[in-house]
Amino acid sequence: MGQGSPCPISFPLPQLLHQLRTQGKRLTIFSYCSDPSVLEGLKWLSCYLTTGKHMGFYVSFGTVLLLLAITAPTALAFGFGAAMLSRARFAPVSWIGKGYIAAVRGVPDIAFFLFFVIALDQGIEWLLHQARCPDWAEPIRQGNDFVVCDIAKMPLSTSPQWIHETYGFALAVLTFAIVFGAFAGNVLYGAMGSVPRAQIETAEAYGMTHRQAFWRVLVPQMWVYALPGLSNLWMVLIKATPLLFLLGVEDIVYWARELGGSKMARFTDYPHGDWRMWYFLVLLIFYLAFTRVSEVVLARITTKLSHGQATVGGEAQRKAA
Amino acid sequence: MKSLILTTAALALTASMGLADTVRLGTEGAYPPYNFLNDNGEVDGFERELGDELCKRAELTCEWVTNDWDSIIPNLTSGNYDAIIAGMSITAEREELVDFTQGYTQPSPSAYAGMSEGIDLKTAVIAAQASTIQSAHVASTGATLVEFPTPDETVAAVKSGEVDAVLSDKDFLVPIVAETDLMFLEEVRLGGGIGMAFRESDDELRGKFDAAIASMKEDGSLNDMLDKWEIEGKF
Repeated sequence: MGQGSPCPISFPLPQLLHQLRTQGKRLTIFSYCSDPSVLEGLKWLSCYLTTGKHMGFYVSFGTVLLLLAITAPTALAFGFGAAMLSRARFAPVSWIGKGYIAAVRGVPDIAFFLFFVIALDQGIEWLLHQARCPDWAEPIRQGNDFVVCDIAKMPLSTSPQWIHETYGFALAVLTFAIVFGAFAGNVLYGAMGSVPRAQIETAEAYGMTHRQAFWRVLVPQMWVYALPGLSNLWMVLIKATPLLFLLGVEDIVYWARELGGSKMARFTDYPHGDWRMWYFLVLLIFYLAFTRVSEVVLARITTKLSHGQATVGGEAQRKAA
Repeated sequence: MKSLILTTAALALTASMGLADTVRLGTEGAYPPYNFLNDNGEVDGFERELGDELCKRAELTCEWVTNDWDSIIPNLTSGNYDAIIAGMSITAEREELVDFTQGYTQPSPSAYAGMSEGIDLKTAVIAAQASTIQSAHVASTGATLVEFPTPDETVAAVKSGEVDAVLSDKDFLVPIVAETDLMFLEEVRLGGGIGMAFRESDDELRGKFDAAIASMKEDGSLNDMLDKWEIEGKF
């Protein structure tokens, strides 16, 4: 554990989103959109699909992809660390790795996401509070309230909204990485054990140290055993991103529900009935396309990794050659 | 380490952005005419206008934050924002968790709406938003309650025939009844008006908003706003 700490404080997405949202005037891309009630057909649709609200929807696809791009390698790093710890010959160290894997795998995801994020957030604020306001006399827990001094708030309440969103996003990445890291840890631990023992013995016979044998022989060979499990995890991770909304990040499912809900003429220039089906259809296509691309890429990686391996796949390649 | 430096830099940056009191207002953004997201994706509605005016009178800088209805109270008590202004009726159960200002609407009627007349509301299947005074009321009448996380879904459930009727604030249903096939069935009076909610430890801030609401009641500007958004009841 503890390999890499994700904190993408400088990425501009929430800022962009915020700018899109705080434009005071009606935000239109096309000049003919100023009075949508007289428009029809494609023209109406082109205006409808370019409202500020829809921009939020489109940006949220980027948010989800960015989350995956950051979370996947971080979770893999967590998993690798956990697997290494679990293999340690010094028992207490291996208990840490095994304990992490067992604890996180055993807790329902949704409970973990709700509990852990609040606990983490309050833990950070508590530490800041101890450091910055040592003279504070009042208790931190007042009934239901969690009260820390103003300068220990994370982020500060004076911070602009995009910093709050970035902080929420960072918490989300960390939580996802911890959860999926535990599963990845178990997969990698199993994969490390699957590499034929003879390979390590040969490496040691050549005079490699334990560490050298691990990095030069075991790690390069274990991936082919880990890949089926890791590809499963990747597919689950792709589809788990709607959990983002639990963490206060406005993801694609939130926007699809918000935009698809029926709209009254009094409150919008684009009244419509219940269009959630169409929005969720778009999400369906997005997820199907995304998982399809993932499958193709993963199949290629499998072929590459099987090369020269003593596995069924590797054996088939040898015979075909 | 790098991230630590970045975080510190970000904190230093934000700390220097002025010491003006920023109050973060939490709302749902899915409950017209009280609060909703307009076409630009901004918070809009009666409470947006009211909140901005209250902040002006209390000389505070306010920032709007949207939050899921289900977790709107826990996120207030854990300090993610400083006040709830989300069409939340003042009830005894909620008073145990948070403190309210005086109401800025009269105890407003809730109404049942369905697709046809003659539904027996005592035995029918009724939709309501989860954790609302309406859902508590339906549960107490003996009707079958079906809860939904957002107000829009309660109406969609009536239209799709999943439930017989919806119970919601009448002000929310009026434009829906006007523009779609739904019709009003019956009214009930629930709750003690809508107020802003604060952390129980935050009496000072609550006092400021309470005074601002009182001043808006006095000079009649609150009534004008209620009129503009067609919300029942005056002060």
